[in-house]
Amino acid sequence: MLHQFPAIIVVAPLIASIFIFFFGWRNKQLAFPLAMGGLSVCVVSAAVALDSVLRYGPTQYQLGGWQPPWGIEFRVDHLTAFMLALVSLLGWLAAVYAKKSVEQELPEKISLFWTLYMLLITGLLGIIITGDMFNLFVLLEVASLSGYALVASGRDKAPFASLRYLIIGTIGASFYLIGIGYLYVATGSLNMEDLRMLLPDLYGSRVVQTAFVFIFIGFAIKIALFPLHSWQPDAYTYAPSAVSVIISTAVAKTFVYALIRIIFSVFTLGFIKEILPVFGIICWAAAVAIIIGSIFAINQYNLKRMLAYSSIANVGYIILAVGLAPSSSLGLTPAVMHILNHAVIKGCMFMAACGFIYRYNLWDIRQFAGLGRRMPYTSLAMILAALAMIGMPPGVGFVTKWYLIRAALEARGYVFVAVIFASTLLMIVYFWRVIEIMYIRTEKEAILPGGGGVNEIPASMLVPGLFLGVLSFVFGIVWISGTLHPFLGAINTGFGLGGTP
Amino acid sequence: MEVLLDVLISRVNYWVYIVLMMIGLYGIIAKKNLVKKIIGMNILQTAVILFFISIGAKKNATIPIIEHGHDAAHTAVTATHYINPLPHVLMLTAIVVAVATLGVALTLVIKVHQQYHTLEENEILERIREA
Repeated sequence: MLHQFPAIIVVAPLIASIFIFFFGWRNKQLAFPLAMGGLSVCVVSAAVALDSVLRYGPTQYQLGGWQPPWGIEFRVDHLTAFMLALVSLLGWLAAVYAKKSVEQELPEKISLFWTLYMLLITGLLGIIITGDMFNLFVLLEVASLSGYALVASGRDKAPFASLRYLIIGTIGASFYLIGIGYLYVATGSLNMEDLRMLLPDLYGSRVVQTAFVFIFIGFAIKIALFPLHSWQPDAYTYAPSAVSVIISTAVAKTFVYALIRIIFSVFTLGFIKEILPVFGIICWAAAVAIIIGSIFAINQYNLKRMLAYSSIANVGYIILAVGLAPSSSLGLTPAVMHILNHAVIKGCMFMAACGFIYRYNLWDIRQFAGLGRRMPYTSLAMILAALAMIGMPPGVGFVTKWYLIRAALEARGYVFVAVIFASTLLMIVYFWRVIEIMYIRTEKEAILPGGGGVNEIPASMLVPGLFLGVLSFVFGIVWISGTLHPFLGAINTGFGLGGTP
Repeated sequence: MEVLLDVLISRVNYWVYIVLMMIGLYGIIAKKNLVKKIIGMNILQTAVILFFISIGAKKNATIPIIEHGHDAAHTAVTATHYINPLPHVLMLTAIVVAVATLGVALTLVIKVHQQYHTLEENEILERIREA
């Protein structure tokens, strides 16, 4: 039973989603327990995956017993296990958070919400674990389509924002499909491991190089890398609370992971170093994303929108780390760290921001006066995450920046060091504004309805947020202590990168 | 001239796919009507599907069905006699994805129309700005 975990981790949420659709139709109360059941199975399977990788190293799983490269295979290596654990845990926490907020925001559609939510998780876990290019496309669309529908269930502009997201996202998926087609024409294979072995002889081929460009642009759209980000702020802002939490953390990070997987597992380091030296351009694009994202964030008064722009800047951080990976001994360490760090921080921030909306329907930062006293714990979670992101040691943001600066110095990219410092200053500007209004300004406190006492969100929403807030410091300490360095080293050597961090 | 003709005619399937893809992208970018945008999106997806279909084709090859398959195990099957079925099978899945995308897109268009009573993008943006 235990060695079937790669199949179980994808099938469990899928089956749960079907059950939720049929049973939830009759009884709405069943939807949430079923979803939690499915997600708990995912969390356990992810733990088994981590354990198996740590003990026996990378493993593979053949679906239906078909030998790769003909059959579809699931591959579990260190990075896969790491992402499986991250996404299933975030999915679980976001689900706990979602229960109350969905009951308030979408009272008629509870079971449909959970059906789509579980489909989204199925797609994400599938993207992470699959070892087949076309299978990845299908699961990418499973995740994206349920994502569009979930975003559209929000209020105000949500359907329009979701339609934009859908059209732009479909262009991205089509580009990825074209890239697969080119690779298939050149090699006749769709299996990632097989492609990795077949491609080196064909690196000179224009077809393969074009395939790389198509795939990169396709994913750049999906992860909202700077010039291709236009769908993202509206989608994050108008989506229902629980959806904002999950798409800003698990979904965004999974797509980044897929890009890393294809760059380093399919095309490998040799290709990007010798044949198509695009990483300079990627670094610059990421640097622009960091600065522009932060500047836009300063201009926003809508808290969710500000966080959305901040996400664009943070995706820039991850892509900058990916871009620096081939030219420094740290390899992918900063990128992998920031995938976790940003998921934890942004999850916490969106949980807090949506908590303010849940209780007082407050979107605008300028109306936050006195919130620090009315919702002390939610505000505390927000502040923990904000401090961690700005880079207060030992928060996770500090660790990311420390490693990124080290990588940039090693790669002699002094401009990127300046970019990281500048973005830190910009982050201080936009987060300080929130903290200042919440705690220090008191003159307009009377705006908040319902007396002067503490008026917190329900515990099921508060605890996940606070938990992530605390995690954002715990993980900082864990990263600094070096407990996980052998693990990070294993990820890097798996891709033929760098040495020990 | 001959080289040009060769490039155009011998790879006509790629040209068709590129032209269709550009029409699709043009529709998405230039048209203001949301339904026309979605039609553009669908043309783009169809272009990719046709590209995949065309790469399976071979000269002088037939459909990949082995006659009397059950007792043909000892007669060798020559791959060049049959067109490559794999891209076609992949596209069955891609068509399903495209249909699902179209369905979600049209649903969203209906919701947008209920909300703003128009499908012209500029009018919708105007209404959003007014609100």
